[in-house]
Amino acid sequence: MKYPRLFGLHARPGPYLHWVLVALPFAFMICAYLISSHKMLAENPNAKLLPSVAKMAEATARLATEPDPRTGQYPFWQDTVSSLQRLGMGIVSAAIVGLLLGINMAMFPGLNSLARAFVTFLSIIPPLAVLPVLFIVFGVDETAKVILIFVGSVFVITRDIFLATLALPKEQVTKALSLGASQLGVVYRVILPQVMPRLFNTTRLTLGAAWLFLIAAEAIASTEGLGYRIYLMRRYMAMDVILPYVCWITLIGYTLDLGLRLWVGWRYPWYTK
Amino acid sequence: MGGMEVSVVHEVKGVNDLEKLKTGSILHIQDVYKAYGDNLILDDIDLSIAPGEFCAVVGPSGCGKSTLLRLILGQERTTTGQVLLNGSPIGSPDKDRGIVYQKYSLFPNLRALDNILFGHRLRMWPWQWGARKKELTEKAMVFLRRAGMENHSHKYPHQLSGGQQQRVAVIQALFSRPKILLMDEPFSALDPGAREDMQMFLLELWEESRLTIFFVTHDLEEAAYMGTRLVALSQYYSDERDPAELKKIGAKVVVDLHLREIGQAASPQVKTTAQFGQLIQDIRRDAFDPGYRQHVKDFSLNHPHSFYTLSSYEGGEEPT
Ligand SMILES: Nc1ncnc2c1ncn2[C@@H]1O[C@H](COP(=O)(O)OP(=O)(O)OP(=O)(O)O)[C@@H](O)[C@H]1O
Ligand SMILES: [Mg+2]
Repeated sequence: MKYPRLFGLHARPGPYLHWVLVALPFAFMICAYLISSHKMLAENPNAKLLPSVAKMAEATARLATEPDPRTGQYPFWQDTVSSLQRLGMGIVSAAIVGLLLGINMAMFPGLNSLARAFVTFLSIIPPLAVLPVLFIVFGVDETAKVILIFVGSVFVITRDIFLATLALPKEQVTKALSLGASQLGVVYRVILPQVMPRLFNTTRLTLGAAWLFLIAAEAIASTEGLGYRIYLMRRYMAMDVILPYVCWITLIGYTLDLGLRLWVGWRYPWYTK
Repeated sequence: MGGMEVSVVHEVKGVNDLEKLKTGSILHIQDVYKAYGDNLILDDIDLSIAPGEFCAVVGPSGCGKSTLLRLILGQERTTTGQVLLNGSPIGSPDKDRGIVYQKYSLFPNLRALDNILFGHRLRMWPWQWGARKKELTEKAMVFLRRAGMENHSHKYPHQLSGGQQQRVAVIQALFSRPKILLMDEPFSALDPGAREDMQMFLLELWEESRLTIFFVTHDLEEAAYMGTRLVALSQYYSDERDPAELKKIGAKVVVDLHLREIGQAASPQVKTTAQFGQLIQDIRRDAFDPGYRQHVKDFSLNHPHSFYTLSSYEGGEEPT
C-alpha cells in the first residue's frame, strides 16, 4: 500500500513534489506582483506604486555601483555594512550577557533571588518606549542604536537560557561534583557547553526583533543604514528602491537564520538527536 | 531545627565496640532521620560498611532507598544524624563518592571516551591535561576494550544502547577512583540479557579494584546475587508507637545479612540453588509484605557489623 502524496497525516510528498511545493508560494507571489505591476504600468506609465523589475534593478544598480558625489561611498554597500555592524554588535553583546546572566541565575540560588524578579520586570519595558531616552542619554550616533538592539534582545535571551538551564537534569550537577568538578567548573564546563546550542537557537529567534529595533532607530536618527534609506526614499515614493531594500533585508535575515541553524547542526551534533 | 526533637539514648545493640566499628568502616551512618515536611521517610538508620564491601540495598518502592543514597552522596542533608566517610562527616558531593544513576549519568554533549576522561580533565589545568592526555586515553581505551566497546568510543551517548551507556557510566565513575561507588538502580532499565552482562562486568571490576560499592536495586535476586552484604529497608514493621499517631512510618533497616566474604563475587550458578530461593522468599516476606509486620526486636540483623542505637524522633519540620 502506498502513502498518500499530499493530504493527511501520513502524506509523504517525496523529494520532487517537496521542492515544487516549496517553490509554489514564492512563484505565486512573484507572478502576482508581475501581473499587477504590468497592468498598472499599462494604464499609467508613470505610476510609482508597483515599479517594473527593470526599474528596480536599475535603481539598485545605481545605488550599488555609483559612488555618492558628496561622500564618495557606494550607498547600497555603506547602508548594508553600517546596519550589519549595529545589528551584530547589539545581538552579540546581548547573547553573551544573556548567556552568562541566565546560566548563573539558574545555577546560583542567591543570584536567582537577587536578579530574577528584576530581570522579568525590565523585560516587560517596551524597548521602543525608551528609545527617546537612549537618544537623549547617548546622543544620536551609534551607541544609542546598538544599545536599543541590546536592550530589546538581552532579557529574552536571559530568560530563555535561564529556563533551559533549569531544565537540565539536576543529576548532572551532582555527577560532575562527584567527578571532582569545582562549583565554577560545574557552571562553565558542564552546564555552559550544554546550553550553547540553545543560545544560538534563541539568538536566531531574537534576530527578528533585533531587525525591528535596528530599522526603527535608523529611521529616526541616522545618516546611513538600510532602515535610513528606506525611510528617506519614502518621501519620494521611490518604490523602486524601497522594494529591493526590503528584499535585501529579508535575504540577509534569511541567510543569518540559515547560517546559525547549519552551525548548530554541525557544531553540536548531539543536540538535535 | 524547627520543632524537631531527637533524644538519642546511646544504648548500642549488636556490636561490642562502636568506636572500633566507626574507625574501621569506610562508611558509618548513625541515628539518621530524614523527613520531608511532616513526612518521616528514614527512621533511625544505623549502618556501618567495611571497606571493600558490596552492599546491596533493597526495599519496597518509595521506602527511601534513593533518599538514603542521596544523603550518603551529600546531594541532600540529613534531618539529624551522622554520615561519616572514613571517620569524617561528609559534605557536598565530591570525588570521594562516585555515582551511577539509572539515567543522566553521562553528559550528552561528550563522546563516550570524553565522558570517561572528563573527571580527570575537570581537575587539571589545560597544560597538565596536555601532558597526561595520551596516557589517560590509553587507560580509558583499555576499559572500553574490556567492555567490548572499543568501536564506540567516539559515539555520543544518544548513539549508544541503554546497556552500552551504563557500561560507559560505570567506567566513567570508576575512572576517577572514588573511595565508594554509589549506584541507584543502575541496571533497572535494561533487558534481562544486557542486565546479566552488566552484573558480570561490574562484579569483575569490583573484584579487581577492591572498591566499596553501595548498590540500590529493587530486584531482590540481583541484590542477593551481587552483594556480599544485603540490607533491606522497609516501613512494614511494628513497634511500641501507635501507628495512627504517626503521619507515616519511616523506613528502618529490617534485614542486614552477611552473604559472602568481601572480595569474592558469587558465581551465577548460586541463583539456581534452593538456599538462594529460600533467602529471597524470607526477605520478600520480611521487607516487602505489608501484611507481615515484624516487631523491631525481631529484625534479622545478623551481619557482624550490624548495630542499632535506640533513639526517638518527635516529628517536626525539615529546616528549609
Ligand atoms: N524532594 C522530596 N520532597 C518530598 N518528598 C520526597 C522527596 N523525595 C522523595 N520523597 C518521598 O520520599 C519517599 C522515598 O523516596 P525514594 O525516592 O527514596 O524511594 P525509593 O525507595 O528510592 O523508591 P523507588 O524504589 O521507587 O526508587 C517517597 O515517598 C517520596 O515521595
Ligand atoms: Mg529510587
